[in-house]
Amino acid sequence: MSAPRTMLDKLWASHEVLRREDGVSLLWVDRHLVHEGSHHAFAKLAERGLSVAEPALTFAVADHYAPTRNRDRIADPKIARMIETLRNNASDHNIRLFDLSDPSQGIVHVIGPELGLTLPGLLINCGDSHTSTHGAFGALAFGIGATEVAHVLATQTVWQRKPKAMRISVEGHLGFGVTAKDIALNWIAQLGSGGAQGHAIEYAGQTIRDLSMEGRMTLCNLSIEGGARFGMVAPDEITFAYLEGREYAPSGADLQRAQQAWRGLTTDEGAVFDREVTLSAADIAPTVTWGTSPEQALPITANIPSPDATDPAKSNSAQEALEYMALRPGQPLDGIPVDQVFIGSCTNGRIEDLREAALVLSGRQARVPGLVAPGSARVKAQAEAEGLDRIFQDAGLEWAASGCSMCVGMNGDVVAEGKRCASSTNRNFRGRQGRGARTHLMSPAMVAAAAVTGTITDVRPLLQGRAA
Amino acid sequence: MAGWSTQQGQALALAFDNIDTDQLIPARFMSVPRSEGYGRYLLHDMRRDDKEQMSADFPLNRHEGISILVAGHNFGSGSSREAAVYALVDAGIRAVIAPSFGDIFANNAINNGLLPARVDAEKVAQLQQALKDAPCLASIDLTESRLTLGDITLTFELDEGWRVKLINGWDDIDLTQQHTQAISAHRDNRNKAAPWAWPNKPE
Repeated sequence: MSAPRTMLDKLWASHEVLRREDGVSLLWVDRHLVHEGSHHAFAKLAERGLSVAEPALTFAVADHYAPTRNRDRIADPKIARMIETLRNNASDHNIRLFDLSDPSQGIVHVIGPELGLTLPGLLINCGDSHTSTHGAFGALAFGIGATEVAHVLATQTVWQRKPKAMRISVEGHLGFGVTAKDIALNWIAQLGSGGAQGHAIEYAGQTIRDLSMEGRMTLCNLSIEGGARFGMVAPDEITFAYLEGREYAPSGADLQRAQQAWRGLTTDEGAVFDREVTLSAADIAPTVTWGTSPEQALPITANIPSPDATDPAKSNSAQEALEYMALRPGQPLDGIPVDQVFIGSCTNGRIEDLREAALVLSGRQARVPGLVAPGSARVKAQAEAEGLDRIFQDAGLEWAASGCSMCVGMNGDVVAEGKRCASSTNRNFRGRQGRGARTHLMSPAMVAAAAVTGTITDVRPLLQGRAA
Repeated sequence: MAGWSTQQGQALALAFDNIDTDQLIPARFMSVPRSEGYGRYLLHDMRRDDKEQMSADFPLNRHEGISILVAGHNFGSGSSREAAVYALVDAGIRAVIAPSFGDIFANNAINNGLLPARVDAEKVAQLQQALKDAPCLASIDLTESRLTLGDITLTFELDEGWRVKLINGWDDIDLTQQHTQAISAHRDNRNKAAPWAWPNKPE
């Protein structure tokens, strides 16, 4: 009998081409996803006269710079050039590109799973830190920088030291109005935004088993906000059901064989993790960030903390964050006025997220302007088929095309200086949504509640009689 | 990329925690080709006031010729943008000393010859105390993992693989090309054992 192994051990072993004397592994890459931001890597390739080793395992999408309005005529020449560069690189290297007009276009971490490009047991790389999202399927998925992107393009492999294994177990049932986003903000607030550095997180426990694939993706997506480059959930029947009929996923006899392999990925009983954290679902409330780091998050019922009362090592950061956010200690989170809202991103731009937001907004008016940018063209089409677009627009929000949009502001969708935005995104960093923008992270339903009241507020009363 | 094993230069304290990659280079500057240089975008918004003027009190604006930064926790957290490293390197920075770094940032740093040296928080505080807001000559010995600044000498932590890579200035693609056979054998084995790992071709 061999020693019990974690899912990380199994995934690592099946991709390890070799291990150097210093312990760094060369890993085989099953899927490589590229986007406009990958231009540096393609330039490196061109400099050295190299070609893409495995174009059939490489997929490109326009998302970071994708305009969400008037796509046919891109006004900003810089944005047009970025997208044109991606087109040229994809075409030169014979890579399938999901271009702006493609019905499968969308945010890379939304379309990978949607198309069945993301599967359990795969190693997936992308030049984007939220690549951890794909770990929700039981894949080894991690973000890489441009030099590494060039390396993967040229060799279909990546050098990496195996991270330490960490398990976050969440037990029990989530309360009414509490989502995967809240689980993530909760653990990041507890452990800190660097708390899981050097680790690959496996999320386990009944609460995680009960999450939909969308919820699991949200949770794995946010792993990097707690410092972990990898987040993962063991594949199960919910995973298999999600993958059924996805066009790039295996079918027929291949699928049978695949599922057998996928079932074997689960962490063995008795496998040892370097670090274990256990949370109780019942302790988690709808959570909101108040500062400029995702760790600066609290339950909606809390008050803004006093920097003096926090950990002395963090009081300076808290003080600076409050100044930037124009908030004062002791102020209740509930009731802070917002100027606008944003629903979308690779964290919370999937169909389930839009449904949750629409459930709150249905038949109500938004008191502040807002933008809804679906995570993909398919999510957009599905939402329109369900009439969610009407709910958003009737409430007064703008319904746009898919892309990273106001999460990162590269496409021109930005929050103006000094404005406060309730946002379903992943980073409340200074200037992330635009220079001087003040971002509060929360679940899509909480963003919808902020739209309805014009303030950060508890979504739960607004969900009464509307949700199970 | 040229390797290096010792470095001497002016160190400056940048005593902030969580300087994320969005701070190091705001997203709006990342469409420029690297050949145009990224140094001018380093900490662009952090070092300017509301009117786009360089803030007189920001440490990096007060001193020129800085090549070593002594920063706070979680330096380079956030986005995988290598442009954050380009901004540092193009501005002349060769080493960042901090208690902790974002994992992807640290990888990117090594790939560009920039040293992310980990030193425990207490010692970082000592260094910052010694520097206050004036630069001070510091020297780094990669082989010995040693940093000397004024009368403080300390050792920093660095992954062994990274040390070798920095010293030799190795390029990963060159290294990997020596393993072409092993890669192709792995590919063949995987293709037999896990044919499902190749994308189904949609009609």
